[in-house]
Amino acid sequence: MISIKNLHANVEDKNILKGLNLEIKPGEVHAIMGPNGAGKSTLGNVLAGRDGYEVTDGSVTLNGKDILEMEPEERAREGLFLAFQYPVEIPGVSNLEFLKASVDAVRAHQGKPALDSVQFLKLAREKCKAVNLDQSFLKRGVNEGFSGGEKKRNELMQMMLLEPSLCILDETDSGLDIDALQVVAEGVNAMRDANRSFIVVTHYQRLLDYIVPDYVHVLANGRIVKSGGKELALELEEKGYGWLESADNGAA
Amino acid sequence: MAEQFHAQQLALATEQARNPLLAALNAAGQQAFAAASVPNRKTEAWKYTSLHNLLTGDFQRTASQSDLTAGLREVATLGSLKAARLVFINGQLSSELSDALALQQVTLFSQADAEQQALISQHLGTVLAHASSNNSGSAHLFNDLNNAALNDGVLIHVGKNQRLEQPLQISWLSSNNPQPFSITSRLLMVLESGAEATLVEHYASDEQPQNSFTNALTELVIGDNARLQHYRLQLMQEDALHIGSTHVDLARDSQYSAFHLGLGTRLTRNDIVVNHNVGGSHCELNGVYIPQNQQLLDFHTCIEHKVPHCTSNEVFRGIMNDKARAVFNGRIHIHPQAQKTLAELSNKNLLLTNTAEIYTKPELEIYADDVKCAHGATVAQLEEKAMFYMQSRGISKKEAEVMLSFGFINELLEALPHEDIALVLRPLLAHRFGRDQSLSRHLLENETAGLSGENA
Ligand SMILES: Nc1ncnc2c1ncn2[C@@H]1O[C@H](COP(=O)(O)OP(=O)(O)OP(=O)(O)O)[C@@H](O)[C@H]1O
Ligand SMILES: [Mg+2]
Repeated sequence: MISIKNLHANVEDKNILKGLNLEIKPGEVHAIMGPNGAGKSTLGNVLAGRDGYEVTDGSVTLNGKDILEMEPEERAREGLFLAFQYPVEIPGVSNLEFLKASVDAVRAHQGKPALDSVQFLKLAREKCKAVNLDQSFLKRGVNEGFSGGEKKRNELMQMMLLEPSLCILDETDSGLDIDALQVVAEGVNAMRDANRSFIVVTHYQRLLDYIVPDYVHVLANGRIVKSGGKELALELEEKGYGWLESADNGAA
Repeated sequence: MAEQFHAQQLALATEQARNPLLAALNAAGQQAFAAASVPNRKTEAWKYTSLHNLLTGDFQRTASQSDLTAGLREVATLGSLKAARLVFINGQLSSELSDALALQQVTLFSQADAEQQALISQHLGTVLAHASSNNSGSAHLFNDLNNAALNDGVLIHVGKNQRLEQPLQISWLSSNNPQPFSITSRLLMVLESGAEATLVEHYASDEQPQNSFTNALTELVIGDNARLQHYRLQLMQEDALHIGSTHVDLARDSQYSAFHLGLGTRLTRNDIVVNHNVGGSHCELNGVYIPQNQQLLDFHTCIEHKVPHCTSNEVFRGIMNDKARAVFNGRIHIHPQAQKTLAELSNKNLLLTNTAEIYTKPELEIYADDVKCAHGATVAQLEEKAMFYMQSRGISKKEAEVMLSFGFINELLEALPHEDIALVLRPLLAHRFGRDQSLSRHLLENETAGLSGENA
């Protein structure tokens, strides 16, 4: 599915990712945990192709294709989806027109038939219901004035509409109340299948009770410093990150 | 160059003005215009607005042809807006495009009866005259020129407590002529106490390259408790030159809500002056300007708070593309006796290219101490964060730009009190940003999906 090899990346001339390796097979769920500022969101931004995140070494292939030379929209059309840690507010652009533009672009690229306005509206309403957002959110500006939890659910709704093959969830659980957490977890679980993979970035072991990962990684100082099964999350919960030597010194 | 323009326009004005009812105004206008000098770069109120295209344009005659073309017929419908319609082509009334309802509600100065003549004599030029005492730069020689050349105009009189059910649309259209020409247009609207109306002033042309210079002047007299919604839409082809002024008098507890739209031409200058003359009046002044190519579009607004207990709220937004230049000068003048004034002014600008320009200047002049005022102006480019967010959802960079640009002004469109007009303007503006239809199609999704107005 996605293969990340020896990835080095700079932000504003600062070296943030320092030789990161990660291999994800179709159908797998990988959780990434790690201290604040370790580079988790940077990884998401680099994979999604954000301007200003400069890859200085290494390679990334998605379904066999080198994505590092692609524009962000091409990566999205190739099936990569990043649920933002901080979704962006876009006043004046309605959620519905934004979603339609997005789904049209992705479906066209993937050779799927276009949805007309009526079909799309029906689908969008279904997905609203699935993430427990009122349909009035379709009419509002993109994320405009949404509460923290509503923004996260809106991200999830987009993911459901786009049906990506690789979903990167960057702290989609933070800021969610207990019920919303369940809704998000159910949404993700419903989308799990043999051809779709997930990277779930989180600080809380609790999420992983709902979305049970195949692997748990610790990202510290720009690299994966430890990998394990779901029990690693429990261990981290108990001990913190201090015991992982390389979390502090991050040898180059 | 300036002298020649000045002399030619004075000669043309003297030749045009023939209506005895307007003789005094014409004479005063001719005198004032003759004495005034043409603004240049050193004239504060015209510092960034070059008159070059006007001065070199040979506009020394009126139209010789005003044919009704298919293009104009289409333009006049204003996207099939439901309205009572009065249409002028190159300054001449087109009875074919005007409808009976409008002709009932409106009188031409040349056809006014005794009572209407009295109304014209009482008000015409008086709203405008306030501007010369407030030193805002909005009392300029083009107003004098309008007075000087005026031969006919439109009077709209809405009687006491009368309410016009439909918007009244006045379309001032222009079409190409063999030689460059001048159009003088004038509108006087008087709302008696308690009256209510919606006025749509529509300046447009067919798609041919235009060679007209329009000097447009609108005076609005809004009586006690009266309410006017005013839309002034400038949708001309970009070669049409336009200098227009709107002057508004507000009486006790009256309301002026306005939306001014300028698409931009090689020269468009708009002055808007609102006079709070009696307490309790409210002014909601909004506008959008979106010049492109090498266009030059200037809005000078001035709100005069002369008395206590009045409020004004002004929001203008601009998007400049290509090598366009826009000027926004928003003045709020609070006179010493205007205590308890609430006034707000916001001007936000978006530059789509490195070669586009905006000169924005909010001007607050406050001479009273017990007032609440706020103003702000910003200039920005498209937000990287928002662009990335949209692209990360598969939307192309170009379409994202179009959607974000449109979104920037869409907030004002959505706030328009008259929904029909918003419906007409949305596609028009969407296509302006997405010159290629595939880039603008998603902007109209709400309408096609039938979502607007529906309560989910
Ligand atoms: N645009 C930027 N300019 C400068 N530094 C940046 C920028 N973006 C990220 N960084 C820095 O890169 C480092 C990694 O940030 P990143 O957001 O990837 O951390 P994170 O692991 O997601 O942390 P958190 O758990 O707090 O979300 C931080 O030190 C951050 O300050
Ligand atoms: Mg982060």
